[in-house]
Amino acid sequence: MSALVKGRTGEWEVVIGLEVHAQVISNAKLFSGAATDFGAEPNSQVSFVDAAFPGMLPVLNRFCVEQAVKTGLGLDAEINLHSVFDRKNYFYPDLPAGYQISQFSRPVVGKGKVALDMPDGTVREVGITRLHLEQDAGKSLHDQHPSKTYVDFNRAGVALMEIVSEPDLRSAEEAGAYLRKLRSILRYLGTCDANMEEGNLRCDCNVSVRKPGGKLGTRCEIKNVNSIRFVMQAIEYETRRQIEVIEEGGAVVQETRLFDSGKGVTRAMRTKEESHDYRYFPDPDLLPLTLDNEWVAKLRANLPELPDAKKARLMRDYKLSAYDAELLVAEREHADFFEVVAKGRDPKLASSWVTVELFGALNKLGKSIADSPIAAGNLGELIDLIADGTLSGRLAKDVFAEMIAGGKSARAIVAEKGLKQVTDTGAIEAAIDAVLVKEPDKVAEYRAGKEKLLAFLVGQVMKATQGKANPALVNELLKKKLAS
Amino acid sequence: MSLTALTIGQARDRLRRKDFTARELAEAYISAMAAARPLNAFLVETPERALAAAAQSDVRLQKGNALPLDGVPVAVKDLFCTEGVETTAASKILAGFVPPYESTVTANLWRNGALMLGKVNLDEFAMGSATITSARGPTENPWRRKGDNRPLVPGGSSGGSASAVAARAALAATGTDTGGSIRQPASFCGIVGLKPTYGRCSRWGIVAFASSLDQAGPMTRDVRDAAIMLQAMAGHDPKDSTSAPLPVPDFEQAVGQSIKGLRIGIPKEYRLDGMPKEIETLWQRGIDWIKSAGATTVDITLMMTKYALATYYIIAPAEASSNLARYDGVRFGLRVPGETLDAMYENTRGQGFGAEVRRRVLIGTYVLSAGYYDAYYLKAQKVRTLIARDFNEAFKSCDAILTPTAPSAAFAVGEKMDDPIAMYLNDVFTVPVNLAGLPAISVPAGLSADGLPLGLQVIGKAFDEETVLRVAAVLEDAAKFDARPAFVAGSA
Repeated sequence: MSALVKGRTGEWEVVIGLEVHAQVISNAKLFSGAATDFGAEPNSQVSFVDAAFPGMLPVLNRFCVEQAVKTGLGLDAEINLHSVFDRKNYFYPDLPAGYQISQFSRPVVGKGKVALDMPDGTVREVGITRLHLEQDAGKSLHDQHPSKTYVDFNRAGVALMEIVSEPDLRSAEEAGAYLRKLRSILRYLGTCDANMEEGNLRCDCNVSVRKPGGKLGTRCEIKNVNSIRFVMQAIEYETRRQIEVIEEGGAVVQETRLFDSGKGVTRAMRTKEESHDYRYFPDPDLLPLTLDNEWVAKLRANLPELPDAKKARLMRDYKLSAYDAELLVAEREHADFFEVVAKGRDPKLASSWVTVELFGALNKLGKSIADSPIAAGNLGELIDLIADGTLSGRLAKDVFAEMIAGGKSARAIVAEKGLKQVTDTGAIEAAIDAVLVKEPDKVAEYRAGKEKLLAFLVGQVMKATQGKANPALVNELLKKKLAS
Repeated sequence: MSLTALTIGQARDRLRRKDFTARELAEAYISAMAAARPLNAFLVETPERALAAAAQSDVRLQKGNALPLDGVPVAVKDLFCTEGVETTAASKILAGFVPPYESTVTANLWRNGALMLGKVNLDEFAMGSATITSARGPTENPWRRKGDNRPLVPGGSSGGSASAVAARAALAATGTDTGGSIRQPASFCGIVGLKPTYGRCSRWGIVAFASSLDQAGPMTRDVRDAAIMLQAMAGHDPKDSTSAPLPVPDFEQAVGQSIKGLRIGIPKEYRLDGMPKEIETLWQRGIDWIKSAGATTVDITLMMTKYALATYYIIAPAEASSNLARYDGVRFGLRVPGETLDAMYENTRGQGFGAEVRRRVLIGTYVLSAGYYDAYYLKAQKVRTLIARDFNEAFKSCDAILTPTAPSAAFAVGEKMDDPIAMYLNDVFTVPVNLAGLPAISVPAGLSADGLPLGLQVIGKAFDEETVLRVAAVLEDAAKFDARPAFVAGSA
């Protein structure tokens, strides 16, 4: 699917590749034992290694390598058993050593792929070029003093995975879908929290435009965009900008740009000529990274079920629609919740209660599934009460609202409020009779052939029983009485 | 006999016999250190620390549970970070820097009972072959040419270490050797200098010059002392990823063992055109000594030798340019303010680094730059591999290699100084060893015509310091080198 963009001179195709920097979940930094907690006091999580004191040496954190390899496996990628750490040299106050330890020519993970489920039901495969491990830099604080810049090194040395995609994306929507899918995979694997507001997932966007099928255009790189929404906005703006430049007779200049989220625009930061010469070379303080094939195989064998596999299984085992399954697997916690609810129950009913009612309610409350006032077991109980006829759909919604508000179990609420559905045919028949007496005109019209009026009459009966009557029973009995 | 004339081996035995105390030995060296001030070997003197450690040594010596180096006063090259004691790498950019940590190698020494006399001078960031690039001024060699009182350089970069040990102002010293910085000054000052195999001693806490080449080692009066010191300094350190996870053998035990049947390689490429005759003669004498001790000599070829210097002067500056990027005025050391961030960097690094360091940072930056990387750095890495292969091939037919340590004796302050290339040539015999990561030692083997010490170098297989020490001890015995420098601390 290629979403072409209309310009003044015709249609344009946008070509996008993303470089995602994902912070590795690890208690310690990539090359030092310092802690990595978010939000700690400035410079409270800095070892002498992180601050690049004289004579300090990096020691690779094995766990971070394991996380990177797991991520590679989750991206269906080649794992390079031999990789190398390089130094990327440049001067900046938040880069203590004057170089970042990264991987340049021999990354730990090679080519892989991610499948995107597009809204039209098609699947788009996006290539992964590589994944490598590198250190994060510190943070410059320009707002602490009128003329001075302060530096916080807590983040310096924290492990990042840089995940580079092929230029396979063709629209801001696809870029958004890619990031959501990547985030989902990372969270399933437990290798990155992927919370953009904590800065542990950041994205550089490479954007160019061309005439459909034509030669690749000159690209611009938009650095360090920190939310999926901003990535989409930045790409949309940048696409328009590049088309306008070309249509005005100009040429796109290869450059690095920044996204101003306040104004929704991208701005030039530096041109190719001004770009750094990073002077990459193998870090002589570290040995090449050699992985054992069996170790990788063990990691592969112990990978959790990933979104695509889970989606297929939910569709197969629960007969869910692609749409519902997709909705449920986006977060592992959602799918897990659903599977508890669906266990031994009607999966369609379970899916609808989870994706429509519960997600809707949580959304309104601004809560995540982890903070849901209704536990999966309790939602299951509610569905059981519908299934055994205790609650009508309408009553169930009332009970559900109570559960959201008070956190009580469905049975407790039913007992407390006497909300039990009336299935006593005698009581229902009495109510029907009363309605038939009250609405002689409608009854006559129905009998004359205006069958649509049945719904009205059912409604009246339900109203008379305060919704407690079993609607199916009402339907059945009412039809019988009207026919007699 | 003065206490400062003893070797570690002798002092150790007599301390244990209680002929004198660690405190007496420390006091003798503290006086000697003061007397040697004209040499400008010591940058920092730490007498209180030495005496405090000596008191602890005396307690252990009294109880009869002495540690291997109890009471041994050691001078520390000012490239090793010492906790609470200023460490500058002889650079203005680190003036006033007091590390809150102790290097692994020095910590190992103190754990084994040695005591720190002070920190000694070096070429700035260990970049030099004469200890003249130090921000704290040059160190003098205690030797003088016959009939010539002009001061001579001690070699470098571990010139402070060599000068202090030779002048009897320290019983031993630590050095570091990136391209010959232990062996060449040892040769110039008439002492023993041992560069262990890369990975034998931890680099943690040593101010880095060129990480893939730097290696710490001992500088001592004799071969046995080098073995005793290395024993304490060496060992695997999980904090240094390039440190070898190997057990440390009993090095001292190798000293005095016969070399009968050993095959000693003589590389023809080390016979340089224009090399002084006396170096050639010294080398031949070494060959004769080896033979009369029952070893055989084998002619070997180290074809890539002629490329070693050029290779070294690409790789070492490349690594240095990156290692020294941390001296940026932001977190520690010198900061010279500027109007902009770039101006602050330029002012700090321009004023903080001396000319030789700036030269090497520029060379290193150049050889790693886009468009030059393949032609210089990558090519140099390939040649480095070939140099290592040369040695591996040679070691198929021999057990150790004998060469001169340096192509000349010590030179006068001012000589060779206007031409950096001539200065770099000092390292011609030592540099290939660093590129291959091998162990090598310099042993004083004779005097030049004008009365200056000359060293012979023994190169061994990786992690075979024992054979190196064995052969070196035989050379030492045969050479009977007993000449003393013109300046001996406390003797005048």
